[in-house]
Amino acid sequence: MAVLSEEQTILRDSAREWVKDKAPVQALRKLRDSGAAFGYDPALYAEMAAMGWAGIVVPEAYGGSEFGYLSLGLVLEETGRTLVASPLVSSALGAASALMLGGTAAQKEAWLPKIASGDAVATLAIEEGPRHEPLSTALAASRTGSGFTLNGTKSFVPDGMAADVFIVAARSSGKPGEAAGISLFLVPADARGVTRTALKLMDSRGAAVIAFDGVAVGEEALIGAPDKGFEVLEPALDRVRAGLAAEMLGTALQAFETTIDYLKVRVQFGQTLGSFQALQHRAAKMFTELELTRSCVEAALSAIDTGTNDIRELASLAKARANETLHLISNEMVQMHGGIGMTDAHDAGLYLKRARAAEAAYGNAAYHRERFGRLHGF
Amino acid sequence: MAATDTPELAAFRAEAREWLATNFPASLKGRAAIMVNLNVETDEPDFLAWKRAMGAKGWGVPTWPKAYGGGGLSKDEARVLSQEMVKIGAFSPIGGMGVMMFGPTLLEYGTEAQKQRFRPGIVNGTTRWCQGFSEPGAGSDLASLATRCEDKGDHYLVNGQKIWTSGGQYADWNFCLVRTDTTRKHEGISFLVFDMKSPGVEVRPIQLISGNSPFCETFFTDVKVPKDQLVGPLNGGWSIAKRLLQFERQSLSGAGGGTGGGTARFGAPDLERMVDKYVGRDEAGRVADADLRQRLIAHHMEARAFALTLSRAAAEAKSGSGPSAATSIMKNVGAKIAQDRAELSMEMMGHQGLGWEGEGFNAYELGMVRGWLGGKAVTIYGGSTEIQNNIVAKRMLGLLDHQ
Repeated sequence: MAVLSEEQTILRDSAREWVKDKAPVQALRKLRDSGAAFGYDPALYAEMAAMGWAGIVVPEAYGGSEFGYLSLGLVLEETGRTLVASPLVSSALGAASALMLGGTAAQKEAWLPKIASGDAVATLAIEEGPRHEPLSTALAASRTGSGFTLNGTKSFVPDGMAADVFIVAARSSGKPGEAAGISLFLVPADARGVTRTALKLMDSRGAAVIAFDGVAVGEEALIGAPDKGFEVLEPALDRVRAGLAAEMLGTALQAFETTIDYLKVRVQFGQTLGSFQALQHRAAKMFTELELTRSCVEAALSAIDTGTNDIRELASLAKARANETLHLISNEMVQMHGGIGMTDAHDAGLYLKRARAAEAAYGNAAYHRERFGRLHGF
Repeated sequence: MAATDTPELAAFRAEAREWLATNFPASLKGRAAIMVNLNVETDEPDFLAWKRAMGAKGWGVPTWPKAYGGGGLSKDEARVLSQEMVKIGAFSPIGGMGVMMFGPTLLEYGTEAQKQRFRPGIVNGTTRWCQGFSEPGAGSDLASLATRCEDKGDHYLVNGQKIWTSGGQYADWNFCLVRTDTTRKHEGISFLVFDMKSPGVEVRPIQLISGNSPFCETFFTDVKVPKDQLVGPLNGGWSIAKRLLQFERQSLSGAGGGTGGGTARFGAPDLERMVDKYVGRDEAGRVADADLRQRLIAHHMEARAFALTLSRAAAEAKSGSGPSAATSIMKNVGAKIAQDRAELSMEMMGHQGLGWEGEGFNAYELGMVRGWLGGKAVTIYGGSTEIQNNIVAKRMLGLLDHQ
């Protein structure tokens, strides 16, 4: 655990208490079984926002606490523990970061206070294919007299059914694969020509397909310079990756602790499973991966807070590690629980499903290893 | 970093810089790896003078109290000293098991008389210590050791055999675990120190797969040891041994800070040079062997994660919140990374990585081969990987022993 300030310790402890009290895994199970429209419980998110969590990275001038990314990471680690579904990552982290990095004064004034208060949900609409590859953006942004017309489809948009506004990556010039020619647009969800379709994903969260059919936007909708949206998008994505890695660290920690607790009580051959060395060494391996992952996650979040020049490689390191660690532990959770881990009544399946969804989001381990390697001249 | 020095630390930095400039002989610059080695005996006047100067200053054991001949420095000052030494290619000429393992143990468990007797040799680097722990029948199960120590009234009598005694052939003194009670396992072990020139001590170097002989077999036949050389209580040696092994793990993982070495230093530049020399790149500048490239990247990420973990543990220790949980994984992770790195290097060199000696291979290639072989020991000594995993499972995770 990073060395925390007193305020950070209080924040983490209160998050831990609230999660235990108000949002245990049971809450996600209930959400899933109720088939909620948004993929999260708006009442719970209102409570989170009331505690200031949606404004942790937002500047004070826009209604946030400007408390930093490491601080938000502490909260996400706790919400990750019980698989809390909420727009914290999509809206309070992702969309807020993009607006802070490239938004105009008018855009920030219009949206950041509402994001910070939880009154609005904003989300990044990036993906177009089955795998995360933002450079492949193809959704067309054609110049018109007064702005642009957007045509194309975004998929796997997190909290896409709930969002009030989308930050859309579109291609205004160049061809898919190139960074130049990508532009970012702020598009209200109720704009003419926008239609959304809910996706039912295995982690029960609220992803959607968003179709843009001749959606007209003005110049004032641009975030960052035209054709240079990637200069805003890439650092915004790195902030999401580091924050999501913190959430995944929490998920992996809880999956691990639940599994260790089970090894201590389940008796076979007259002794606890935890006394078998074959399992002890696999447990030690998981513990080791968790410790290494924590170092990477905290280093990435701290680098964002201090503005060092290695944010890109640290974000990729953190996301790749979080992916690998959660992948390992979510599989071991099922395996070490044996038959009970295969039942829907047990939580192991919920952790396994959330693990895969989080792994695929914003780049899987292979994507981030490749990116890290390129940054290092391999 | 100098930018964050407090005024007091900045003053100390200036003092250290000046003292080093005056006392460190230019002829020794950058020769740490060659000179501070168990197997090298040197009587170069510059080296001896440097050792005397550092010994008198107490900076071979910078954080020890001045009363025991140490430098009396805070951890921060010791870090500054280390930084200043690195800057000018200087190194501590005082090291080995006396400084890393026996010394700190002596300060915690020795009597005042023992501390006064043994500290000068450690502080000045004039006594070389070796470790009499492992035996042919007591490796990972160290507490099953059988070297017998009998109370003969006015002295102890030691009979038995130790193995894997690092630097035993050069050592002056031995800190040794002996069995003083044969009816109990852990509670029958005592911690004894004695002169390696005592009658009845015989040392035989063991040739290893690397061709070197860093370890010895050590035989004790009716070795008489004065009774005031028992450290700690009779039959109370196991706790002392465990504490000493903590110091050993610390120094092996490079987590101890100070001027000691360890596995903490990794760099991409070496690997990059090897890629260019032996493997080559494609038109896009990528490592030509796509499979190797993936493994090099993964290795580099692992090393980075480890380096970040060392920094995190150091920051946590400094904040006074107690030792970081991360320290329990460091030996295994550091050892694995060092071995992976050697394996990747060997793979990259191809046939050039098969040379044993003589023509056709440069010194670097021959050195890599020996280093790769010698490095197989790091997952075995100081508590094997398996033993470290047992420790994590039991102490960190609270999993019970097999019944």
